[in-house]
Amino acid sequence: MSALPFTIYVSFTGALLALAVGARSAARARLVALSTAVAGLAITLVAGAGFTPQAGLHTLVDLPWIAEAGIRYHLAADGISLTLVVLTGLAATAGVLFSWNIEERAGEFFALYLALIGGVYGVFLSADAFTLFAFYEIAIVPKYFLIAIWGSTNREHGAMKLVLYSFAGSALVLAGLLWVHAAGAATGFGLGELIAAAARVSPGEQIAMFALVFLGFAVLAGLFPFHTWAPTGHVAAPTAASMLLAGVVMKLGAYGCLRVALPLFPEGFAFWQPTIAWLAVAGILYAGFIALVQDDFKFVIGYSSVSHMGFVLLGLAAGNPPAVAGAVLQMFSHGVIAGLLFAVVGRMVYERTHTRRLADLRALPLHRALPFAALVFVIAGLASMGLPGFSGFPAELAILIGTWKTSPAWALGAGAGVVLAAAFTLRAIQVAFFGTTDKSAAQPAAASLPCEPITLPERAGAMLLVAATVYVGLNPDALLDWITPALQSPVMQAALKGGVS
Amino acid sequence: MKPNYTELFAALSPEAALIVGALLVVVLDLTLGRKKIAEARWHAAVRIALLAVGLAGCFTFASGRPGAEFGGAFMLDALAQATRYSVLVLAALSLALLPGTARMRHPAEFVAVVLFATAGFSVMATAQNLLIAFLALELASLSLYVLAGFDKTRPESAEAALKYFLFGGVSAAFLLFGFSLLYGLTGSIELNVIARELGAQAASPLLVVALVMVLVAFGFKAAAVPFHLWAPDVYQGAPAPAAALIASASKVAGFTFFARLLWSGTGASSGQAPAWMLTLAILAGASLLLGNVAALAQRNLRRLLAYSAIAHAGIMLLGVMTGTRFGPGALLYYTFTYGLATVGTFGVIAIIERAGRCQDLDDLAGLYRRSPLLAGCLLMFVLSLAGIPPLAGFFGKFLLFSQALRLTGLTGPAGWLAIAAIALSAVALYYYLIVLKRAFVTPAVAGTEARIAVPLKPALALLLAAALLLALGVFPSSALRLVT
Repeated sequence: MSALPFTIYVSFTGALLALAVGARSAARARLVALSTAVAGLAITLVAGAGFTPQAGLHTLVDLPWIAEAGIRYHLAADGISLTLVVLTGLAATAGVLFSWNIEERAGEFFALYLALIGGVYGVFLSADAFTLFAFYEIAIVPKYFLIAIWGSTNREHGAMKLVLYSFAGSALVLAGLLWVHAAGAATGFGLGELIAAAARVSPGEQIAMFALVFLGFAVLAGLFPFHTWAPTGHVAAPTAASMLLAGVVMKLGAYGCLRVALPLFPEGFAFWQPTIAWLAVAGILYAGFIALVQDDFKFVIGYSSVSHMGFVLLGLAAGNPPAVAGAVLQMFSHGVIAGLLFAVVGRMVYERTHTRRLADLRALPLHRALPFAALVFVIAGLASMGLPGFSGFPAELAILIGTWKTSPAWALGAGAGVVLAAAFTLRAIQVAFFGTTDKSAAQPAAASLPCEPITLPERAGAMLLVAATVYVGLNPDALLDWITPALQSPVMQAALKGGVS
Repeated sequence: MKPNYTELFAALSPEAALIVGALLVVVLDLTLGRKKIAEARWHAAVRIALLAVGLAGCFTFASGRPGAEFGGAFMLDALAQATRYSVLVLAALSLALLPGTARMRHPAEFVAVVLFATAGFSVMATAQNLLIAFLALELASLSLYVLAGFDKTRPESAEAALKYFLFGGVSAAFLLFGFSLLYGLTGSIELNVIARELGAQAASPLLVVALVMVLVAFGFKAAAVPFHLWAPDVYQGAPAPAAALIASASKVAGFTFFARLLWSGTGASSGQAPAWMLTLAILAGASLLLGNVAALAQRNLRRLLAYSAIAHAGIMLLGVMTGTRFGPGALLYYTFTYGLATVGTFGVIAIIERAGRCQDLDDLAGLYRRSPLLAGCLLMFVLSLAGIPPLAGFFGKFLLFSQALRLTGLTGPAGWLAIAAIALSAVALYYYLIVLKRAFVTPAVAGTEARIAVPLKPALALLLAAALLLALGVFPSSALRLVT
């Protein structure tokens, strides 16, 4: 447990090391990146194995940092952070495995990649708002370069849009945090101190502050109608970056909402709760419908991400412990599943067929040419639809049950989203992998298809993520036993009382 | 008062070291250096100048007896000492960029004028007396005009110098007029006497006129809207090392000088909220808005930096407002770290110019291949300007905005300015990323792919600036402790 901060240090050290060795050899940079990511994953898994669930944050490091501003370097973890750092470890490792074929400027690629990972670990472990915010911003900038340099379709536009949305969101968060710090006369930036300060401001101000902070974080979580960066960014990004974006970066936003916005401003949350919930439902349905008619395979997955993140936001908005526990579980589940989907589309399919148009893919007998890719995609698709046996099922079920307690109307709306998810996922599976077997159309295309076999790193990465989703699907209590006690801390109880009434 | 010249020398030994260094540079170049090639003369001049700056730093450390000196003409408080260190570091970095990058004739003269300017900055930091303050400001300004026009081979350089000189001359006239009114109101040229006298008087229209005059001059020095018009042309036309000094050390010294003037000289004049607060807020707001929006439209890298400087000036003005309650720490931290990033950026420009052109953003294309070192340093500097952690630019903004919101909350202009500045930082990120996109994403244009050789001294200067930005960003307390 106390080794968890080393996930951050290991990642940043790995970034420097990858940069240093990458100038000479891409292979060495890959090895550095893989060992760094595996080391991070190992630290999180060991911490998870020795974790005794408890209410409240378990302090890992607490040092005075900037005394002049009352800022402490305070890292802490509870079951929620632990769930998400394990996810980060998994996604980071899988991402490296799926970027094994990066040859151009590999050192820089993995350096930026690991710097992003380090920032993500930092956010999940921070218990001081300044520290959290600093790590949050550290995670933003590498995305620009990852997408703009190694991306595809319209990459510079996608990268800029994504980074500006994230940064504008973080500016809202900063404004809100500094405002509450000043208005509540807080002595420092520790989350506890800010919670005490927020209790001293008037309800009207709380409502405005909550709006700033929640919206700022929620932009990154893909809240409708501020989600438009997500599909374009995911599509433009190289595979590993899409996996990270959908897998963990969107979770940063949701985590910020849960860790900062809700506990700080319970009254603001109570005021905005219905709005957030309806926006979340709108996002689930809107993105679902859009995904249904996309012609670009990656856009289908991009919009499905927005739709699934809508469930996370709905779970948070429902504001009762079962729904929020479901939301955290869904963060984990979606992180793993979205990683898998993007890996199949971006790495396994696109880099072999050089097309992502469903109309083109329909003509290719992909299930025969790439049986492994088809198998993984079917598994990931079933998981994404929320079939029992995969992690999506307990997560969405918990969210829907929890949401029903708060408002049946929201649950019904989101329930329709589950049906939509099944529709667009099945369509993607059918069209992309089991398209027409019309001999006249398929044969010439198949002949011209230079399908190199799926490589070992790809298989390893896919197996890792499939194992994670199946394990959590069959044994959701493994994570829920971490998450549920964390929601019983006084801080979380105060924030989540709004939903029970 | 019986003047005690030993005391004066002890107080001003850093400046004396700089002046002696400047004279030595010129004399040695005229005697020993006549027959040498230009490259060797640059190296020799810079070596002597760096020695002088280093000595000045040691003397500053040794003269650490806080308090008023020479009958109150100089004030050696923490702010003055920290400002001295800051301008010395920035001047040293600007000097270290010279060997191998400057292609002007007359190396000794250029270096000597840099030292004169530095001496002016250093006196500005300590002046507690209107007359000495004005003399120091003029010493620094005249040196900077010369530096801006030093490159006689380029008409842009002459244009920059002339514009800078005309604007600067007018603003000096305003400042002198304001000073004369202050003297007329209080009968003294000493800041603490002025403060005492003004505190005792009722607010008068004459004081308002005096303040407006001072603020006009301040606006010019800080390149705040609407007195910013010189900045883009000077940044574009001046030789890169000169622009580095104008954009960095001059800012630091100017802000210390004017902030001290406003805080101690005229701050106490009208109760809690000084009369200049609102005017300053308007200047700051206009600078933030115009700087950030105009920077979006720039295709010339140096003009872009100028507009970004105008936007940063808006934030620094906010720091002058918050300093009334929270002390000068945040302001000085911000100006110094901004100066480091700007010196670095201009250093990168200077080195690229060695190998060709560096005016347009497109001239940066392919920098990551042409020189990974320069590209990496540029990344640090630009991200610090943009305020991305863990670099120092981030913490500077964070501290200033936090103080501005604590000053009066959202009931005063400072709080709203902070909110506006936070919002505009997202706009700023766009143009900073455009710069970095050219350096890291866009491939080099055919014909300019050649690698750029980076001379040792400038390389060390850039690395030092980048390391300082990182170190100060991660451990800001170490710098803040110097000021408080």
